[in-house]
Amino acid sequence: MTTIRLTVNGTTHERAVEPRLLLADFLRGTLGLTGTHVGCEHGVCGACTVLVDGDSMRSCLLFAVQLDGCAIETVESLGTLNDLSPLQEAFREHHALQCGFCTPGMLMTVTDLLRKYPLATDEQIREGLSGNLCRCTGYEHIVAAVRTARDAR
Amino acid sequence: MKPPPFEYRVAESVEAAVAMLAEAGGEAKVLAGGQSLVPMLNFRLLRPAILVDINRLPGLAFIKEERGAIRVGALTRHYQLETSPAIAAHLPVLRAAMAHVAHLAIRNRGTIGGSLTHADPAAELPMMALLLDATIQVASPRGRRTVAARDFLLGALSVALEADELVTGVVFPKLPPSTGWGFEEVSRRHGDFALAAVGVTLTVADGTIAEARIAIAGADERAVRASEAEALLKGQALDPKLLDAACDAARAAVNPNTDLHASADYRRHLVGVLTGKALSAAWKRAGAPA
Repeated sequence: MTTIRLTVNGTTHERAVEPRLLLADFLRGTLGLTGTHVGCEHGVCGACTVLVDGDSMRSCLLFAVQLDGCAIETVESLGTLNDLSPLQEAFREHHALQCGFCTPGMLMTVTDLLRKYPLATDEQIREGLSGNLCRCTGYEHIVAAVRTARDAR
Repeated sequence: MKPPPFEYRVAESVEAAVAMLAEAGGEAKVLAGGQSLVPMLNFRLLRPAILVDINRLPGLAFIKEERGAIRVGALTRHYQLETSPAIAAHLPVLRAAMAHVAHLAIRNRGTIGGSLTHADPAAELPMMALLLDATIQVASPRGRRTVAARDFLLGALSVALEADELVTGVVFPKLPPSTGWGFEEVSRRHGDFALAAVGVTLTVADGTIAEARIAIAGADERAVRASEAEALLKGQALDPKLLDAACDAARAAVNPNTDLHASADYRRHLVGVLTGKALSAAWKRAGAPA
């Protein structure tokens, strides 16, 4: 076991972890932050995407032990039920989710996309979302929500 | 779908990293971005006794412009390469290829050294190293050496690297003046591995091709150069007949596999089509007469 100290959504945590513990399981199991979803566990579906020092990453492809000293942001950092963030509000307004399983990863991915890319066209939005699988919506409403979030940026 | 247990070691220097690898005698794997390694661990396709984490190695994440080349540190992330002004200015074909590498979350973490060492036959970076005649820099307890990309890439997931060696960087020569480029890729979804991808550079002097380079990914057990097509083009001006002949030669240069994503025939067909598009784009960008 190795002791790590990191911040998650602004709160500092110190925990002893086994080296093979994935960041996704550390967030969900160790810290009880179950907003981050685990889909494929091999970096394909994007459901577990979080921000590490501001950059979106797959939490199923990182070991918690690697992240000593890092700042992690999860979907819980965005907003609350009664006070949605503008991005969450855009998803709500456009009905950009049905079952909601992919939504935390979508939101964290789009947070990073909005900071890094112009997303000027639907094609660019779709390219940006191509690493996040949604089996319900057919993506149309998600693209519409990203368009709204882009315009409000 | 959880990785098997392993011993975790953090390397604080290149010397320490290769000493750990040497001590482990082939039982260790280097953990860089982990975007290929960790899925293989999660699937338990690999069970290394030791992971040597190099993410905290200082001084290995950089893109440095030199007189005739761009030097890239092994720990440079794909996103840094994608957005580098030096790469956009001097190696625009590499810039174009990077946009096809997986997805932002992968590009934020995956490293240049990791992608070269993993050597997926359908990946863009090994193919770009081959196209651009890059040199790979390698460290071991015995010192430093360099190896040409064409000698480094041996086969599918296979490179000329000993168990105690670590890739520390890659040197890409800048494109010569009057060089046009083209990059074309077809994949099932944006960011997926290429069913086939073709990169081209054409250096044009006095209206004819002084040097042609064509590299192909996804259509053989490793990235390949279409040497016969390159030889056909040299000294010529690109016309429709020559274009057809070069595409035929490119198709003949590959030996694709059939898998659940595409048949061998379709991949070979794509190589011809994409070579034609990339050559035409390169010829145009080189400022050659239409």
